[in-house]
Amino acid sequence: MDFESYDVLVVGGGLAGLRAAIAAVEANPRVRVGMVSKVYPMRSHTVSAEGGAAAVMRPEDSYETHAFDTIKGSDYLADQEVVEAFVREAPVEIIQMEHWGCPWSRDPDGKISVRPFGGMTTWRTCFAADKSGFHMLHTVFQTSLKYPQIARHDEAFVTKLLIEDSRCVGVVALDIRTGRFDAITAKSVILATGGLGRVYAFTTNGNICTGDGMALAYRAGVGLKDMEMVQFHPTGLPFTGILITEAVRGEGGYLLNNEGERFLKRYVPNKMELGPRDIISRAMITEFEAGRGFDGPHGKYMHLDVRHLGEKMIDRKLPFMRELGREFVGIDIVKDPIPVRPVQHYMMGGVDADISGVTPILGLYAAGECANVGLNGGNRLGSNSLSECLVFGAAAGRHAAQYASTAKPVSANPVDAMLWDEARRVESGYLEKKDGHERMGAIREEMQREMDAGAGVFRTKEGLAKLIRQLGGLRERFERVKIEDSSRTFNTELLAALELDFMLEVSQTIAVSALAREESRGAHARRDFPERDDAKFLQHTLAFRRESARPRLEYRDVHITNFQPQARTY
Amino acid sequence: MPDKRITIRATRYDPDRDEKPRLQSYDIPFYDESMVVLDALNYIKSDIDGSLSYRWSCRMGICGSCGMMVNGTPKLTCNAFLRDYWPGAITVQPLNNFPLIRDLVIDMDDFMHKLKSIKPWIIRKQELPLGAGEHHQTNEQIDDFRQFSECINCMLCYAACPVYGLNNEFLGPAAIALARRYNLDSRDQGLKQRLPVIGDAEAIWECSFVGECSVVCPKGVDPARSQTSAEGISLAHAGELVDAQAPLLPICGARVHGAAAGDLAAVASL
Repeated sequence: MDFESYDVLVVGGGLAGLRAAIAAVEANPRVRVGMVSKVYPMRSHTVSAEGGAAAVMRPEDSYETHAFDTIKGSDYLADQEVVEAFVREAPVEIIQMEHWGCPWSRDPDGKISVRPFGGMTTWRTCFAADKSGFHMLHTVFQTSLKYPQIARHDEAFVTKLLIEDSRCVGVVALDIRTGRFDAITAKSVILATGGLGRVYAFTTNGNICTGDGMALAYRAGVGLKDMEMVQFHPTGLPFTGILITEAVRGEGGYLLNNEGERFLKRYVPNKMELGPRDIISRAMITEFEAGRGFDGPHGKYMHLDVRHLGEKMIDRKLPFMRELGREFVGIDIVKDPIPVRPVQHYMMGGVDADISGVTPILGLYAAGECANVGLNGGNRLGSNSLSECLVFGAAAGRHAAQYASTAKPVSANPVDAMLWDEARRVESGYLEKKDGHERMGAIREEMQREMDAGAGVFRTKEGLAKLIRQLGGLRERFERVKIEDSSRTFNTELLAALELDFMLEVSQTIAVSALAREESRGAHARRDFPERDDAKFLQHTLAFRRESARPRLEYRDVHITNFQPQARTY
Repeated sequence: MPDKRITIRATRYDPDRDEKPRLQSYDIPFYDESMVVLDALNYIKSDIDGSLSYRWSCRMGICGSCGMMVNGTPKLTCNAFLRDYWPGAITVQPLNNFPLIRDLVIDMDDFMHKLKSIKPWIIRKQELPLGAGEHHQTNEQIDDFRQFSECINCMLCYAACPVYGLNNEFLGPAAIALARRYNLDSRDQGLKQRLPVIGDAEAIWECSFVGECSVVCPKGVDPARSQTSAEGISLAHAGELVDAQAPLLPICGARVHGAAAGDLAAVASL
């Protein structure tokens, strides 16, 4: 049987994946790159990023400050040499995006503007109004169209990594339109599949953020790193979870409780609205518990107030926020405060990868939100993730291209059998299964509710232990899931089942990793262990899959170079 | 509102089984004033009929996946509110003017090819090396192309375009707007490379200036303006036309086509 075959295969068409694909081609123009994405690339969730991309762009700024801000923001769980390399590469990538046409907002002199952002000591967040992710994604996607070496497989869903002799040699993908399973072979594979926000009920993430790449790597034997580190953004719209950008506070917006008080003075007095996300989200929940939140039909909320900024400034720098307020809340943010509450937003944890995206499996790379290269530690600073996608997407692309140019060709023989086995697994497990009776929507919603309750902003031993039990029960129910749709054509119910399978897998690693980390660090706040414990936990958690058992955990020391851990106050 | 309900009629079509599309009716609870048509579809899929197929992701009007015909008008279903239709029923159909794959899922390969054909990337005679830093560009220069850069490729304009409905060779509103986005970017020097495509007889000259594309655009892009202006810029840059403004009048596409076809040959040969 013939397979599509590439030198480098990128899984995921968001900012990291597209950047990786272009970097691979630019590193070696003879490299043939394939890209598999379950959606058209411009639908990828990068599109929803709003505030901007951090980089040292001004003479008064320095690499050292950006590195220190990031490491302190991470609550000292970042690997410091990774951060130090990142801050040097980020400005180059911002310029590269500029050359590719990104409509960065500009200062009056025509230079790329920067704005303040949470946890950053100076202005260093480059932005394209408040649609930075949208513009960056479309810029890099449209730019990718000029490279004939990049071949796309849009709307194809990867169900399995092909591993032969401990080496990754491609993927099995379900072509969504036809229902056909294909083996796509490659000398190297880059996972760039984004986050997993949909394991929670209340999330900023789009429907497609289901942890696919993390689950694929985990099943292939790669450890998932720091999965307990889940970011809750302070300002999501109640009910929908739609993100209200941190740039609203960067541009001077106030966060107010039901007494009209800028309550952050009790939590981050020196930073106020520009404190880091983990601390502000905890502050909001604490205020809610003290009775100082507003009560609404969709739970408690705070006011995010930009009325004092004026219409002109809002229209120039936050036009999308005004549009979201008008369309989704029925308010004009020029005249009305915005209702907001903490919402799952980003996954610091992910596929264990190094500074070049290299994972422990030969030929397998990871970049962007699905990876954990050691940049974000316990808490990512806002606007570091778009830059992360560029810097580490490019690094993985270059490295994968280089590896591919020396790697042995992939032999078709075992691939044929692996494709057959995988297609049979999905067909017999889902499409041909007649005895299923559990409603998929019910399992998914219960998982999301349990994750909100057990692995939210604050955690406890009891809550996490219960969550692990519940997830185990949901896994059993999932074995009896009923698929009503037997069509081969655009079967989104099958797709949702495969995604739910992945989500149940990664949820368990979050819960188990969180239970074991008996301290509070970054986004991981344990009510029963409220202090950071550097003696025991200045370490990354690594979760490995075991058949029919909870994940096995290992720990690995954090790399410290120039910044010794100190108390984290703002 | 404990017992408020609403009727959703959705197109069902499975090419493996059905000869042609049909409408299926679902009666669902309208349990929250904030509910949108996409929430209604998700309710149906999760609680009534798991086989209903449609695309969606961001549910905040930026990814562009969830465009459908809602009571005959192209809309992003993530911001089409049930309260604006209730107590009436809502009919949800796939976007007009596209081949149908399944239920509410259209085939947009044609647009993906057209997008590539307009070379939607910065073209420079000489690339600036990265070490040379950024191009300077003022916010006013960005304003020249800003609105065209806001296109989310949601395809609502193609569904509304009467010309595309008759002739899918027509380049169409979004692709023309995106060509314009690059042509108007002060960093770009690719106009001449794009002219053969946007000046082609099946491109802007087919536009009949109905302006429906601009009416339905959820992002305030004005593709109709891009088409009138694109002609202007292509003709003006050709520098060989005595009366470049004449064809810009919003008149019927056939007349523009007839009047300007010869001139365009000159443009294309630049």
